[in-house]
Amino acid sequence: MPSSVMPTSRRGDGHPAPAAVSTAGLRKSYGDKTVLDGIDLHIPAGSVFALLGPNGAGKTTAVQILSTLITADGGQAQVAGHDVATSPDGVRAAIGVTGQFSAVDGLITGEENMFLMADLHHLSKREGRRVTAELLERFDLVEAAKKPASTYSGGMKRRLDIAMTLVGNPRIIFLDEPTTGLDPRSRHNMWGIIRELVTGGVTVFLTTQYLDEADELADQIAVLNNGKIAAQGTADELKRLIPGGHVRLRFSDPSAYQAATVALREITRDDESLTLQIPSDGSQRELRSILDWLDSAGIEADELTVHTPDLDDVFFALTGSTVPKQPSQPSQPSQPSQPSQPSQPSQPSQPKEDVR
Amino acid sequence: MSSLSLAVRDSSTMLRRNLLHARRYPSLTLNLLLTPIMLLLLFVYIFGDVMSAGLGGGGADRSEYIAYLVPGLLLMTIGSTTIGTAVSVSNDMTEGIIARFRTMAIHRGSVIIGHVIGSVLQSVMSVVLVGAVGVAIGFRSTDATALEWIAAFGLLTLFALALTWIAVGMGMVSPNAEAASNNAMPLIFLPLISSTFVPVDAMPGWFQPIAEYQPFTPAIETLRGLLLGTEIGNNGWLAVAWCLGLATLGYFWSKAVFNRDPK
Repeated sequence: MPSSVMPTSRRGDGHPAPAAVSTAGLRKSYGDKTVLDGIDLHIPAGSVFALLGPNGAGKTTAVQILSTLITADGGQAQVAGHDVATSPDGVRAAIGVTGQFSAVDGLITGEENMFLMADLHHLSKREGRRVTAELLERFDLVEAAKKPASTYSGGMKRRLDIAMTLVGNPRIIFLDEPTTGLDPRSRHNMWGIIRELVTGGVTVFLTTQYLDEADELADQIAVLNNGKIAAQGTADELKRLIPGGHVRLRFSDPSAYQAATVALREITRDDESLTLQIPSDGSQRELRSILDWLDSAGIEADELTVHTPDLDDVFFALTGSTVPKQPSQPSQPSQPSQPSQPSQPSQPSQPKEDVR
Repeated sequence: MSSLSLAVRDSSTMLRRNLLHARRYPSLTLNLLLTPIMLLLLFVYIFGDVMSAGLGGGGADRSEYIAYLVPGLLLMTIGSTTIGTAVSVSNDMTEGIIARFRTMAIHRGSVIIGHVIGSVLQSVMSVVLVGAVGVAIGFRSTDATALEWIAAFGLLTLFALALTWIAVGMGMVSPNAEAASNNAMPLIFLPLISSTFVPVDAMPGWFQPIAEYQPFTPAIETLRGLLLGTEIGNNGWLAVAWCLGLATLGYFWSKAVFNRDPK
């Protein structure tokens, strides 16, 4: 059984930097399944934070706790300076939430959904109309405004959802998998929308399964696995953790292949398919040095491909497991804020611990 | 904004939302109205001669049976309408928008209060409709004073409020619309085994307690007394006590379920 002790709000008056969201030892379990196992986060105001992880990692649970939808079993969380446990209404007044499952009222029209939000934010009728018209325009929903929201496409529903979230001018916005289930064009539209939000100075807390999405949008990324933060840092810092980024050389001539295996170091060989893998982050500089190296060694491969790391690689590197839902492994690091060190001694620089 | 004016403002917003739903999709409410109306017509025009023959020691005619039947069917109408409440609450709770409401700085109870007031208004409208059908086929109130009319209206509203709170609780604990409609079956089943169609003392002796000790019978007897001048006795107090008890139970039940963490 998880501990049900909720520490009372410890509001330090001398915060070093204003944090939009900060948590310490956040825990949540359902029955005997631990979903969040001690989460520590510190998200500066005005930044974009991405919680990256596969299905079942606990991303949604984290958003639900921080947005006061559910209560944590232990630990502490402050959002916009309010404790989620003791001052949920203070938190609610500062946030906007777009959940993973569409939070629009399908039975009424898009415009009526917007009016509903305006009324619940206690805007005057005129102000409500102005905000509605402005947001419907901004999210390209003017044509569909008078149609029931249940008839909207996935992308339109998601846009309406975010438009509704913005009605009260929230300072902190939670987006739970904002692009899951969207087609590529809608996904890029959504990225544009999120970038636009940030220019307005709000803090964005988003969850995603896609590394490229976190890379594209986030200032800080935390990788969540088995309810623990496996690593935290900027996109670049995380990528250095991942050995999945590599250059692959394919040969058709066995003798050329043999020559290459002798000439090159730090490689992974596959004798069956005559391919070699050289660890690389895929940057222009590294590619050039690899090419120079191949030229100087007189090696000519039949095919050269650059592979950038994907989420599978992140998990392989950080947890030694590609199956995220396994019970926690004894070999995992016990300090969640400390990235586990992948066995890649040759990496150009070691990841920094997250100490901001 | 004070917490009371916040409660009033948010609850009226939620009420507008529920009434909008009811206006856009009236088929659920209208379908549920069919049951009491069909039963009224069935018992008056098909079974009416036989039923009235057993009333008041024989010799009553059909119009007397209409008078006997209508008060019970008005209360059954409320039971029937509130099944719709359970279904729509259950539907609503599975919607993502409820999660959104829970993360907004609004009055916490406004979601439920909006449902309750909306449902009571719908019940009252349904009662008026079924009552109009009753009047159309010959129901007349005998010597009811203005005060008795007001009391009758008040009783119907209070009864609607009580059943609505219970229906809201049923809707909240039901995972889907089918389960809600099954769970709310007693609301339409209880009037069938009350004194709606025949007097309790005309039932088998072993069954009489079942018909007697349930909310519908005292409420029906009270309504009959108010509209038709029959003996009310202690049924009035019993009816009010049932209503207050059910409303309180439903209120705390719904509130407890709503305040639990959603799944």
